[in-house]
Amino acid sequence: MEAFLEPIASLFGAAWPAVWTLAKIVAIIAPLMICVAYLTYAERKVIGYMQVRIGPNRVGPLGLLQPIADGVKLLLKEVLVPSATSKGLFIIGPILAIAPSLAAWAVVPFWDGGVLANVDAGLLFLLAITSLEVYGVIIAGWASNSKYPFLGTLRAAAQMVSYELAMGFALVCVLMISASLNLTEIVRAQGQGQFADMGLGFLSWNWLPLFPMFVVFLISGIAETNRAPFDVVEGESEIVAGHMVEYSGMTFALFFLAEYANMWLVSIMTAILFLGGWLSPVGFIPDGFHWLAVKTSLVVLVFLWARATFPRFRYDHIMRLGWKVFLPLTLFWVLVVAVWIMSPLSIWN
Amino acid sequence: MDFKTFVFYLLATVMVLAALRVITVRNPVHAALFLVLTFFNAGGIWLLLQAEFLAITLVMVYVGAVMVLFLFVVMMLDINVDRLREGFWSYLPVGAVVGVIMLAEMVLVLSGPYFGLDAMPEPPAAQAGYSNTRELGRVLYTDYVYPFELASLVLLVAMVAAVALTLRKRAGSRYLDPARQIAVKRADRIELLSMPAEKE
Repeated sequence: MEAFLEPIASLFGAAWPAVWTLAKIVAIIAPLMICVAYLTYAERKVIGYMQVRIGPNRVGPLGLLQPIADGVKLLLKEVLVPSATSKGLFIIGPILAIAPSLAAWAVVPFWDGGVLANVDAGLLFLLAITSLEVYGVIIAGWASNSKYPFLGTLRAAAQMVSYELAMGFALVCVLMISASLNLTEIVRAQGQGQFADMGLGFLSWNWLPLFPMFVVFLISGIAETNRAPFDVVEGESEIVAGHMVEYSGMTFALFFLAEYANMWLVSIMTAILFLGGWLSPVGFIPDGFHWLAVKTSLVVLVFLWARATFPRFRYDHIMRLGWKVFLPLTLFWVLVVAVWIMSPLSIWN
Repeated sequence: MDFKTFVFYLLATVMVLAALRVITVRNPVHAALFLVLTFFNAGGIWLLLQAEFLAITLVMVYVGAVMVLFLFVVMMLDINVDRLREGFWSYLPVGAVVGVIMLAEMVLVLSGPYFGLDAMPEPPAAQAGYSNTRELGRVLYTDYVYPFELASLVLLVAMVAAVALTLRKRAGSRYLDPARQIAVKRADRIELLSMPAEKE
């Protein structure tokens, strides 16, 4: 690979590292955007089947061109900026919504060594970047200068901050048993252990010893991405569409893309942190990127499944779940794991 | 000027300008957002110092949590800028005195023997496998464990005080116990009766 790229590298000279990094960024973002587009299609199909409907089937064979048609439609629509808005912030809002959900992919390891930036504090970076996502919603809601967006913003700010805590403590458990903040190291640590030696790798992944944290992380992830049944931020029966009410065309599409990109991000994080990343579940099949793809898709399916199954939570129940159930549970489990690691029964030495 | 220096000056310029805008801009929400920008650039400068743990924690704590709650409050205030400016000239002497004292103190400390390029030589380059986070944790939980625990205790007291100050029970407020609500079964609310059909 290196020898093959040598002539191209010499062509660019000193600018080569920047060019090469940009190429890698495109290689991550472009497939991600296609995944995002087809997730909207998959969501409509899956929920359609779960509710005994057909789902989109008109544009192209099996409706497969539907996301393209939706994208073209949103691109061609006029971007309306209402006159009473705070103009600059109104445009910055959607940009700030999508930027963190793309930036976070810089540290995601796709296979052993297949990562754009192998940062030592990768997990911390992910937490910090995902905590910035709330700004897009806050700024959009405030800049709209309208009642429903503002209510949506207040809900979003409270909800995302609450569930970030539970998510953070669940991750503290993961980094305690992996003894590393590097995502590649965290996956490698899951490939070791008694069960992995027996060829049953899937039993040594983090989901089993940290099962309560796995569940908390998954539910917090759904709440963090404002997906049903935690979608009170845009609860259309109460506040129309929350922070997105005043947006149209591509500015609205950016919020939409950010939401689905976040779903992929939370799913791939779950797959990496708890489901062994690129590791194969059994010893006799080789590891590889395909395993990560399969695991991530299954977690995404859980998102869709939850949306098709559960009615929307009431707002005070959401707050209660975050602060009075998840937070004490995760705090307690951090203590349990700490004692477990130091005790003779530890399985991580 | 190499690339790192360029990045430093870029971050520093944006940071100073944003910090200036925090105190000059009229709208409090804009001011809070400029403060967010300032924190973010400070995090970038710490990254240049290879303090990645501190830099990311700064972004996570201040930008991701503190400023979100700050904005949450500021957005709900209906601040009249003109009324805020009324007492400007009468407060100016007091403010100026405080400002001059702070400036003098900072000059005294920063121009002293502890700072400057001579006092702080560039540290040797980190060897491979050096983890900033691990080193920080080791120092924090061994050499400085008592000050660290003391600081957390202060934070705990502050937290309890904040809750105690804001916790008010209004007389006659109605409250539903969510646990009881969740525990409700179908049989508690619906009774199936069998009764003969009635004729009009």
